[in-house]
Amino acid sequence: MSELSRRERMKREPVSMPERPAGERAADFDEVNLGYSFDQAVAEAERCLLCARPTCVQGCPVSVDIVEFVHRVSNADLAGAAEVIAADNSLPAVCGRVCPQETQCEGACVLAKKGKAIHIGNLERFVADVARAEGWATTSDPAPSGRRVAVVGSGPAGIACAGDLVGMGHEVTVFEALHELGGVLAYGIPEFRLPKAIVEAEIDRLRQRGVHFETNAVIGMVDTVDDLLTTEGYDAVFLGVGAGFPRFLDVPGENLVGVYSASEFLTRVNLMRAYVAGSDTPLIEVEGRSVVVFGAGNTAMDAARTAVRLGADPVTIAYRRTREEMPARAEEVAHAEAEGVVLETLVAPVELLGNEAGRLVGLRLQRMELGEPGDDGRRRPEPIPGEVLEVTVDVAIIAIGNGPNPLLLRATPDLDRSERGTIAVDSDTGSTSKPGVYAGGDIVTGGATVILAMGAGRRAARAIDDYLGTDQAP
Amino acid sequence: MAGDNQAMPRIVAAQMLAPDAKQFRIEAPKIARRHRAGQFVIVRVTPDGERIPLTIAASDAEAGTITLVVQAVGKTTMVMNDLDVGDEILDLAGPLGTPSEVDDFGTVVIVGGGVGTAVAYPVAVALREAGNRIIAVIGARNRSQLLFEHELAALPAEVHVCTDDGSYGRAGLVTDALQDVLAAESIDRVFAAGPIPMMKAVAEVTRAAGVTTIASLNPIMIDGTGMCGGCRVSVGGHNRFACLDGPEFDAHEVDFDLLASRNRAYLEGEAARRRELHPCEVTVQVGGGEST
Ligand SMILES: Cc1cc2nc3c(=O)[nH]c(=O)nc-3n(C[C@H](O)[C@H](O)[C@H](O)COP(=O)(O)OP(=O)(O)OC[C@H]3O[C@@H](n4cnc5c(N)ncnc54)[C@H](O)[C@@H]3O)c2cc1C
Ligand SMILES: Cc1cc2nc3c(=O)[nH]c(=O)nc-3n(C[C@H](O)[C@H](O)[C@H](O)COP(=O)(O)OP(=O)(O)OC[C@H]3O[C@@H](n4cnc5c(N)ncnc54)[C@H](O)[C@@H]3O)c2cc1C
Ligand code: SF4
Ligand code: SF4
Ligand code: FES
Repeated sequence: MSELSRRERMKREPVSMPERPAGERAADFDEVNLGYSFDQAVAEAERCLLCARPTCVQGCPVSVDIVEFVHRVSNADLAGAAEVIAADNSLPAVCGRVCPQETQCEGACVLAKKGKAIHIGNLERFVADVARAEGWATTSDPAPSGRRVAVVGSGPAGIACAGDLVGMGHEVTVFEALHELGGVLAYGIPEFRLPKAIVEAEIDRLRQRGVHFETNAVIGMVDTVDDLLTTEGYDAVFLGVGAGFPRFLDVPGENLVGVYSASEFLTRVNLMRAYVAGSDTPLIEVEGRSVVVFGAGNTAMDAARTAVRLGADPVTIAYRRTREEMPARAEEVAHAEAEGVVLETLVAPVELLGNEAGRLVGLRLQRMELGEPGDDGRRRPEPIPGEVLEVTVDVAIIAIGNGPNPLLLRATPDLDRSERGTIAVDSDTGSTSKPGVYAGGDIVTGGATVILAMGAGRRAARAIDDYLGTDQAP
Repeated sequence: MAGDNQAMPRIVAAQMLAPDAKQFRIEAPKIARRHRAGQFVIVRVTPDGERIPLTIAASDAEAGTITLVVQAVGKTTMVMNDLDVGDEILDLAGPLGTPSEVDDFGTVVIVGGGVGTAVAYPVAVALREAGNRIIAVIGARNRSQLLFEHELAALPAEVHVCTDDGSYGRAGLVTDALQDVLAAESIDRVFAAGPIPMMKAVAEVTRAAGVTTIASLNPIMIDGTGMCGGCRVSVGGHNRFACLDGPEFDAHEVDFDLLASRNRAYLEGEAARRRELHPCEVTVQVGGGEST
């Protein structure tokens, strides 16, 4: 491969992600983004300036060695690239698809200022997809240590922790409350953004490496954390139970039929496959009906785009700030709009209106404007007096965030909590107030991101390995 | 989907208790050991199936079994009731929910309507074991639908039976019998499980009499772990998740009309699915879980 000059690299245009046309993809649940071809990946990788002090790496929460892996892609060394990524990221096929790259690696790329940041996420996804298709193993596990670790929750934190622990020779069992594995990756993020087959492949890989999985195991209700450490004979426990406790708006009418939390709507569709003919789990008919989603994070975009695919029309995102403040990944907002989702900004619900049968029929919305910055530095939305509008609507979906689920916490009262009700941990190790018990992911941070949960799972695995190697462990 | 090395729970005994109610004993040693009165399990019987909540009617920690009583009202419960001894349950998770408050209250009236009697039975057992005198007021559409009469009598409990058609016991509603019991003696607590209109009527009767009343609510659930909020009920004007904080709540504080309307959310679609399954069946009243 001929070496390009810095100038030539800078002149080249970014290779955009090939995607299915909006009109076509909005009618089914197949993946929207098609992924790079080999040539496209190499062409994109060749644009990288291979900076001596790569700012992109600082933007990545787990410091993937971006320069090195991108360099290997440009040299067509995909197996080598996969190995470099795997050193820091155990779920690259997932992160390549769902990381908020524009605020992380790509946002920190020196080329970002010119709007020509390297598409690091697309490249990471490409490498991971090829590695999966080719069956490249990047790990060989050591001899058994004779130590057993219980991982509670099969989301990205739990999966990453389990993968590293088995790689350190420990025997690992993952306990999952639901009947399917993967956490939010299975029940939350829809198929069209993250195909279930990718999550299943990651789980299968862990299975092949000897990780045991137990589904329908609600820890706290069946075995408690103490049971795991005593009668069940585990030497340590990792809690990666996520933040799956839906918040509601606290306005009148929220319990009308036709009002869903995003978790319920997405669980019915993704986990229970309500979109597939033959599934028994019902969904309130949305075809040809109007759907309003409150919130503007990834969850809200996923709910709105799911409603579009189920035939809802119109689908509106109602958000109390402006488009600039929307917390969702930029790509999701753009995709939602292209698929016909209406972005209605600077409105807040004051009441959900029902008919005599208790069914949602309308909304009363308050017009807002942005006022002075609040404690978080963001300009606070404030109501414009007297500007209240009424709209008709058939289904409302509330996507304003999740708190920590109290189920396991109540059953484990000796676990210290933070002010926000999440599990308090040592940020370097993930160790909790309970000896031998570690935690990470959304249950520690509150609703965050896949990459942060993954990173926390891996940090905890290292700390657990240390703990098991010392005399502290029983 | 069961995990690896995980044995699927097997049915070790099955028996029809009424024309459309079947009792199952299922191998589930861990759940049996943990179970407290008032708790339930989530069951899924087919790969495309719904997750549905069912009360643990009894458990035997030594034998490692739990007992479920299932009333066929819709697709999932119909498919479940086609299962028999030796069959396996695809997914079984629990025990879930907050256990009943059990104490020596004095004299407790247990009101059970239809399959609600199976829901109330373990609570009656626990309250009896705690020293209470138990009076059971149980009702059903007709004699053949009546559940747990003899088991309750054997606690022992004083049992009053009501049937809608007068085919057995007193003709009429459980609330009539309850009213008589309340008039005759001093009652310390009432526990009710059954169709929503029944629980609402019980709450009205006992509110007037000033007797603390607990109702076991049956909202539609999915995960049963606090993740979806679909099971939210309004208690004392506040939203509570029945799978976490319930299913038992102070009946005088529950908004039963809201519960009834939320439980009717999927009626149309479900009627269609039932017709697919049992095309010639004439189905009566399922709305709001009124099925007794
Ligand atoms: C709809 C949606 C879209 C999102 N989109 C993005 C995105 O595009 N990019 C991004 O980076 N992040 C996104 N996120 C956030 C991201 O998914 C989470 O931050 C991440 O999944 C957290 O991982 P976790 O392992 O901590 O928990 P989770 O993924 O929540 O997994 C926790 C698991 O633990 C199980 N569990 C809970 N309690 C128990 C118990 N007592 N016993 C046994 N098991 C238990 C749960 O059932 C669950 O399976 C999104 C979230 C949602 C809901
Ligand atoms: C905590 C709890 C304990 C329960 N215990 C028992 C029990 O021990 N035995 C028993 O036979 N039934 C019990 N139920 C009710 C049982 O879960 C429903 O009858 C069942 O889910 C109906 O499913 P289906 O597919 O057969 O019927 P569907 O066709 O889905 O529904 C028929 C009607 O049942 C009600 N219903 C539907 N889904 C649910 C649901 N997930 N939860 C509650 N009601 C629903 C609705 O009114 C619906 O219209 C309990 C419910 C709860 C919440
Ligand atoms: S893990 Fe996420 S942030 Fe890090 S390089 Fe990959 S896509 Fe970027
Ligand atoms: S900052 Fe951008 S150009 Fe520089 S190494 Fe990272 S990805 Fe390449
Ligand atoms: S059933 Fe989902 S929160 Fe209770």
